[in-house]
Amino acid sequence: MLLGRGLKTLSIASVALIVGAFALVFFYAPNEADQGFVQKIFYLHVPLAIVALIGFIAGGVYGIRHLRSGDKLDDLRSYVAIHLSLILGLGALITGSIWARAAWGQWWVWDEPTLVSFLIVFLLYACYQPLRFSIEDPERQARYAAVFAVIAGAFVPLNFMAVRLAESFVHPRVLGTTGGSMPGSMRATFLVSLAAMACLGVTLWKYELASKQATFQLRALRRLLEGDDDAFVPVRRSAAPQL
Amino acid sequence: MPALPLDDAGPYVAAAYLVFLALILIYVVIMASRLARLQREIAELAALAERRGGDRAAAEDPEREAVPR
Repeated sequence: MLLGRGLKTLSIASVALIVGAFALVFFYAPNEADQGFVQKIFYLHVPLAIVALIGFIAGGVYGIRHLRSGDKLDDLRSYVAIHLSLILGLGALITGSIWARAAWGQWWVWDEPTLVSFLIVFLLYACYQPLRFSIEDPERQARYAAVFAVIAGAFVPLNFMAVRLAESFVHPRVLGTTGGSMPGSMRATFLVSLAAMACLGVTLWKYELASKQATFQLRALRRLLEGDDDAFVPVRRSAAPQL
Repeated sequence: MPALPLDDAGPYVAAAYLVFLALILIYVVIMASRLARLQREIAELAALAERRGGDRAAAEDPEREAVPR
C-alpha cells in the first residue's frame, strides 16, 4: 500500500488554504473591540490546539485498530499522528503563551484550567516516545504504545469536558454553545484557518508516513540485494515502529 | 482587558506567526535531510545492483571481455 498517495494534491490544498487563511486574518477579519490587533493570534493558536487534540484522538483510534488487527501500519499511523500532534501542541502552547503575555501581561497563568489541562495532555503525550524507546521488542513496543495511545486518547475529550464544566475561567470562551458572539467575518476566517491547519496536519502526517514507509522498503531492498534476506540484521534501537 | 495599541500588539502577533513558520521550516529541514539520506541509499543500492549485474554477466559468459565504457 502506498501511504503517500494524494500527497501532491494535499500539499497544494494546504498551501492555498494557509495563504488564504492568513490573508483573511490580516485583510478581512476586523480587529476585535476588546483585545484589538493581538486577537489575530486566536486564528493561529486555537486551530493549532484543536488539530493537535484531534491528532491525539486519531492516535488512539489507530491504537485500537492495531490492537484489533495487529497491523504494523496502524501502529505507524498512530505513532506519526501522536508525533505530529506533539509538534502542533508545542506550537499551540508557545503561541498561547505569547497571546497571554500581550493580553494578560503574564506568559502563563497556573490557576487557569484551560492552560494547565492542555499542558497536562501535552506532558502526558511527551511520555509516549520515551515509553516506546524503553521497550526493545518491536511487537511489545507496538502493543504497549497502542494501549497508551488508547487510554491517553480517551483522556483528551474527558479533559476537555472537565475544563468546560469548570466554573471560573480567565481564558476566553469563544466557541461556546451560545454561539460565542463572533461576527460572521471572524467566524468565516476562523473556519478557514481551522480547515487550513487540519489540511496541513493531514499533509504532514501523510508525508511522514510515506517517508517512513520508503525507508523501510529501502531497508528491505538492501537486505534482498545484499543476499542476506534470511539473515539476522540488527536494527538500531528506535522509538519509531519497525515495519 | 484594555486593547493594546497596534504598535505594542504588532510584535506579539508577528512573534506568534513566526513561531508557526519556524516550526514548519524546522520540520521541512528535517524531512529534507531524511530525503537526502534516502537518495544516498538509493544511489548505493543502484551501484550494488549494477555490480551484481556485471558479476552475473561475467559468470554466465566467462569468454566475454570486459568493454571499457
